[in-house]
Amino acid sequence: MFRRMFSRSLYRLKNLSGSRGLSLHNSSISSDYAVLAAFQPLLHNRPYATTPPPAAFASSLNQTELAKFAAIADSWWDAEGPFKPLHVMNPTRLAFLRSTLCRHFGKDPFSPRPFEGLKFVDVGCGGGILSEPLARMGASVTGIDAVEKNIKIARLHADLDPVASSIEYRCTTAENLVEEQMTFDAVIALEVIEHVADPAEFCKSLSSLTVSNGATVISTINRSMRAYATAIVAAEYILHWLPKGTHQWSSFLTPEELVLILQRASISVEEMAGFAYDPLTGQWTLTDDIGVNFIAFGIKTANNSSV
Amino acid sequence: MSRLIATRRLVSNIFVPRLATRAFCTDAPAKLNDVPSGSHFNKEPEGDERFMNDVPQHDIAIVGGGMVGMALACSLASMPLTKHLSIAIIDSNPALSNGPLIKKDDPPDPRVSTVTPATISLFKDIGAWEHVEQHRHAYFDKMQVWDYTGFGYTKYNARDADKDVLGCVVENKVLHKSLLSCLQNKDFNSTIYPTRLSSLSLPTRSVSSAGGSVSSTSSKNLANLAKLDLSDGTNLYAKLVVGADGSKSRVRELAGIKTTGWNYSQSAVICTVEHPTENFCAWQRFLPAGPIALLPIGDNFSNIVWTMSPKDASNHKIMNEVDFVKAVNHALDSGYGPRPESRVFGGDVLSSFFRPDVTSSVHERFEPPPKVVRLVSDRMAFPLSLMHANQYASKRMVLIGDAAHTVHPLAGQGVNMGYGDVSSLSNVIADGVAVGSDIGEVTLLKKYEAERKTANIAMMAVLDGFQKAYSVDFGPINILRAAAFNGANVFAPLKRNIISYASGERRLPFLS
Repeated sequence: MFRRMFSRSLYRLKNLSGSRGLSLHNSSISSDYAVLAAFQPLLHNRPYATTPPPAAFASSLNQTELAKFAAIADSWWDAEGPFKPLHVMNPTRLAFLRSTLCRHFGKDPFSPRPFEGLKFVDVGCGGGILSEPLARMGASVTGIDAVEKNIKIARLHADLDPVASSIEYRCTTAENLVEEQMTFDAVIALEVIEHVADPAEFCKSLSSLTVSNGATVISTINRSMRAYATAIVAAEYILHWLPKGTHQWSSFLTPEELVLILQRASISVEEMAGFAYDPLTGQWTLTDDIGVNFIAFGIKTANNSSV
Repeated sequence: MSRLIATRRLVSNIFVPRLATRAFCTDAPAKLNDVPSGSHFNKEPEGDERFMNDVPQHDIAIVGGGMVGMALACSLASMPLTKHLSIAIIDSNPALSNGPLIKKDDPPDPRVSTVTPATISLFKDIGAWEHVEQHRHAYFDKMQVWDYTGFGYTKYNARDADKDVLGCVVENKVLHKSLLSCLQNKDFNSTIYPTRLSSLSLPTRSVSSAGGSVSSTSSKNLANLAKLDLSDGTNLYAKLVVGADGSKSRVRELAGIKTTGWNYSQSAVICTVEHPTENFCAWQRFLPAGPIALLPIGDNFSNIVWTMSPKDASNHKIMNEVDFVKAVNHALDSGYGPRPESRVFGGDVLSSFFRPDVTSSVHERFEPPPKVVRLVSDRMAFPLSLMHANQYASKRMVLIGDAAHTVHPLAGQGVNMGYGDVSSLSNVIADGVAVGSDIGEVTLLKKYEAERKTANIAMMAVLDGFQKAYSVDFGPINILRAAAFNGANVFAPLKRNIISYASGERRLPFLS
């Protein structure tokens, strides 16, 4: 299992870096990869994608990932169900969003609805756990998800609150929105990029959806040994917070990789933070430690700047 | 609110023809004449958008507009993140609508509270303390605690903990009136409903999965909110219901929250008395049946809180005034046992050995309390008990103040715990609004519960421990208590800890 795990990650690295050597020396977790790099394993195809994505694949979706989420869609709003970790982490993510976006757009952080007049898109909105609070903060939110069931659940729940019923939910992909030439002030894709087949293409789509000087926020889990121990072994197998197989360690991105692919998509990452979980209080807090969960806030640079 | 009552009758007239034509309203004709039970209007089939808009919807409904409920309203009004919320206060107390002004030369009301410095800073933050200071109030910076055995005493001075005051004694009606004035002066969307809560329906968890296509969007909205039925027939919807209605809380009863606790076999007699000179110190003497406390209230008056058995309490309530004053002086000074000596059990040795740690108040002699010359108010008696609600929060409902916990008055902490709840709940609500949560969401309210439950239970354990320790008259226990008195008197760190815990600076005892 370990060999397959390493080989998958190496395949990933090669895929990402292409002809450019990926500088791992500055990373604090590079020692792990120095070990990996020393291996010269056979390269296997990623066994999790049932059909390897063709070169001209327009969407960055991964069908098996979608099926996993469709299976547990009914329990999105059950705060004690399989999505409990997301519910518990939600206020912390929103705190980061609130502080960075208020600062970026120059809004009053003490206003109860600071995002009035801004258009946001929540990519991979699931049941709307993030979209509803954003709507309550005043934004005009569009929530998109590739799983039809999720959109249905999201709409049903949003109708319970008059403020949330202004959210536009659509069962579509980021690429389709790009084709429709829609743009938003802020594009938010939290805990999504680790489930897509081609993260680089996904980031390009997100970038096309963002207006110039708009914000792009992505959160994901780091591809580190600690993350394997906590997010996969502990969360899925020991504590049973998440169903087994929710995450694939090889699909995780390191912060450096994320910054790189965003840079290629004309998004310059300005701030990054990590989430830390305190088992005694059961609360998540924002921290500088990006070793496991991290969130990145980037600004779309003007179109003619070169990477 | 008379306007609301008038519209109810008008509404019943307007809707008579409509209801008669509805096919699916089977008991409509019978109920049309039964006007007082206005609640059935809201259970009508949901197509009637125009009617739905007549039912008031608020963000927060505070049931109980006493000292703690009003403090919550003022606190929400004073924070930028929450002052846009619309609040309903439900309390049938006429003092809320147009209460009589407090006249300055009224004798002090026997119902008083000792507010700790933590509560004073809460009041200052919400802008109500300036109103309190315009009425009678008494800061005190000294306190003396001793018992009838005469073995030891403790004198606390605010200077031991580098503070100016240990607390302030204020009449409850002054606190309440100040909060009311503070709220009225603020530009805040609050409505007072001068009535009582008769029933409450909180949404169940299965609302989100209810996929009925017959009901319209607006009814699904309302089904997700808490519905309050008031005793005058009006109804209102709220995202969050706050139970601030005292120890016999109706909200707690309707929400089905059980409590744990026990009755102390004691009652407290309270009254206001007068001295020849002004009293600046708080005095508490533990007697075999319970403590007697003398708290300065301003001018030459003091408030007495005397805990004793229920039978004695009723005797003391009805005995004539002269006898009562004699009994009080007997309890405070001359009776039940000797006065403590100023230096006991080698106190000199102790203080010289621990010289750097010794407090300045060690060198203060035992002072007998001031003599009481006259009773100036009625005597009231009420039974004492310990009560703690098993949960403080459930979906769209939260309890604060005496509705969540009641304690023995021996340390003057009861209402201060309630104000701690107010401070914590308003911060939790503000944090929720900041991240766009639904304020009635259980996960948010459980944060308040987690914060306050630990603090309240710790305080209740300490107070209950004191109450039990002082109800035993047994030689070795008396000596232990005396040792505790002397220890607390002599050791500065311990005294500082006690003062800062009792002042509300720290939530938990003995943890810095």
